[in-house]
Amino acid sequence: MTRLEKPALTAFVWLALLTMPWWMNAIGGYTELASRVLVLGLAAMALNFLLGYTGVLSFGHAAYFGLGAYGVGMMIKFVVPSTPLGMLVGVATGTVAAAVLGLLIVKLRGVYFAMVTIAFGQVFYFIAFRWNSVTGGDDGLTGWKRQALDLGFTQVDLLGNDRAFYYFLLFVFALAVGAMALILRSPFGRTLVAIRENERRARFLGIPVERHIWLSFVISCFFVSLAGTLYALLNNFVDPRALRWDQSGNFVIMAVLGGMRSFWGPLVGAAIFVVLQDYVSSHTENWMSFVGLFFVLVVLFFPRGVMGILARRRATDATKEGA
Amino acid sequence: MTQLILFNVFNGLIIGAFYALMALGLSLILNLSGVINFAHGGFLALGAYIAYSLSPHIGFWGALVVAPVATAVVGLVVERVLIRRVYGRDPLYSLLLTFGLAYIFEDVLRYIWGAQSVPFPIPPALASPLSPEYFFLTGYRLFMVALVAAAVVALFVILNRTKLGIRIRAGTQDLETVNVLGVNVRILRNLNFGLGTYLAGLAGVLAAGMLGLQPTIGTSLIMPSFVAIIVGGLGSLPGTLLGGLLIGVASGLTTMFFPSATEAVMYVMMGLVLLVRPRGLLGEEGRVQ
Repeated sequence: MTRLEKPALTAFVWLALLTMPWWMNAIGGYTELASRVLVLGLAAMALNFLLGYTGVLSFGHAAYFGLGAYGVGMMIKFVVPSTPLGMLVGVATGTVAAAVLGLLIVKLRGVYFAMVTIAFGQVFYFIAFRWNSVTGGDDGLTGWKRQALDLGFTQVDLLGNDRAFYYFLLFVFALAVGAMALILRSPFGRTLVAIRENERRARFLGIPVERHIWLSFVISCFFVSLAGTLYALLNNFVDPRALRWDQSGNFVIMAVLGGMRSFWGPLVGAAIFVVLQDYVSSHTENWMSFVGLFFVLVVLFFPRGVMGILARRRATDATKEGA
Repeated sequence: MTQLILFNVFNGLIIGAFYALMALGLSLILNLSGVINFAHGGFLALGAYIAYSLSPHIGFWGALVVAPVATAVVGLVVERVLIRRVYGRDPLYSLLLTFGLAYIFEDVLRYIWGAQSVPFPIPPALASPLSPEYFFLTGYRLFMVALVAAAVVALFVILNRTKLGIRIRAGTQDLETVNVLGVNVRILRNLNFGLGTYLAGLAGVLAAGMLGLQPTIGTSLIMPSFVAIIVGGLGSLPGTLLGGLLIGVASGLTTMFFPSATEAVMYVMMGLVLLVRPRGLLGEEGRVQ
């Protein structure tokens, strides 16, 4: 079985994540910022499952992210005040929606796929925006809070204790990322990469390409809805902006900035994006221009992303040593 | 009742005409260069604000002529400096680039003209209703429909009768061959982008007169334009026109019976079209893959 990343890199990433609440505070951030990195990192990695490993360009992942967020919020607010049950409902909502819409779009490719996913993403935005009585409309869904986690022998206070909540997020993140890595290392995952590399050839080998792309889309949306539920829990709040198109664009830029061909790349991209956005928006009102400029610069100068550049540098060093 | 239905159909047609005008520009660029111009809404808003600033000096009619041209000039420069660099690369990059541009446009417009909505005065001669019975038929609305129709006819004449238009259509089919035949493809794509942004600017001036002006005016019109292109069919300009009018009328009628679904109905239409005919109503076969 091939490894996705070098073991040393993976160990380093986990070490950095385990100690993030400390070093994030040391570099002038705060624990909640660390939590944001984790949640949006998971979303970007989920998107990259489709974008980087299947080669399909979805620009509407915020829809499923937002469905997860609204799912957990509405469950806790209206039905049962339970964090795990809320998450279950949120993830189920996002995944079912993706499974249905996925059927409509699996035949499309490239730009066309991107355009349809963007447009479909907006449906949920308008529903959240217009359906005031239930979703709170433009003001967002308020009046609910994440609930303490009941483990049977003890209770974990997720609300009052920032650190405890961070490690709860890290636990969920670890489960999700582990599952993603397992899927990617399985024969199914290798088939997705084959489709990315040469779709026609994969089809000639008898692989049902549409079914694989549909499955990949649904799996990717499953994980992005999970990230959405965590995002809602983190903020104790959801608003329609969580599922608008600009959020989808942010996920894509995180994946590209970190490196689409790398398993951890999108997490690195999310960390850079989140910290930079936090810094810039606390210093200027015109942060949109900065984010926009950032998009342009990444496309023009860093299309391979951070991990891509590192990998290439290593490769050239190796050739030099060989010569 | 008939009056109310007529009112909503007419309203839908006007909105649809905007969508179509904007979507035609998007389609032109997408067909020739393979770029989804996310910043198209930004160009629309730019055209509207330029007209807003010019009209006290040169009047509404002067602004109507100058603002779209100014928008097209900005379009030519943006294509020359930025968009050109992502041709032939993964569509991912052109999307991200124009996405970033859309952010910058919105923010710069807000910085210059303020976040508040500003009124855009239209000539008094056009503002009053033509008859008390059909109160919704103001001169401005009729004028808008006529102007959009004229612009669409002009566009199709350009595409079918002029050298530039014929080259654009040929390039849409097979850009490499057009290049080999001695056409300067760089200039062709540049002019084509200018033409697309001209249409966005024109739609902007007209929209400002009807909807008022705020920096987000472009972003609210761009999603329906995507839907218009998908419903009408990728690669077909008549399809785009049809798609725009159809979703406009559909959302106009929905406003009447079920107002909260005004926006949702066009996405439902898009879902239906994709289910029954994935290439869109008038789309070419094989284009979607």
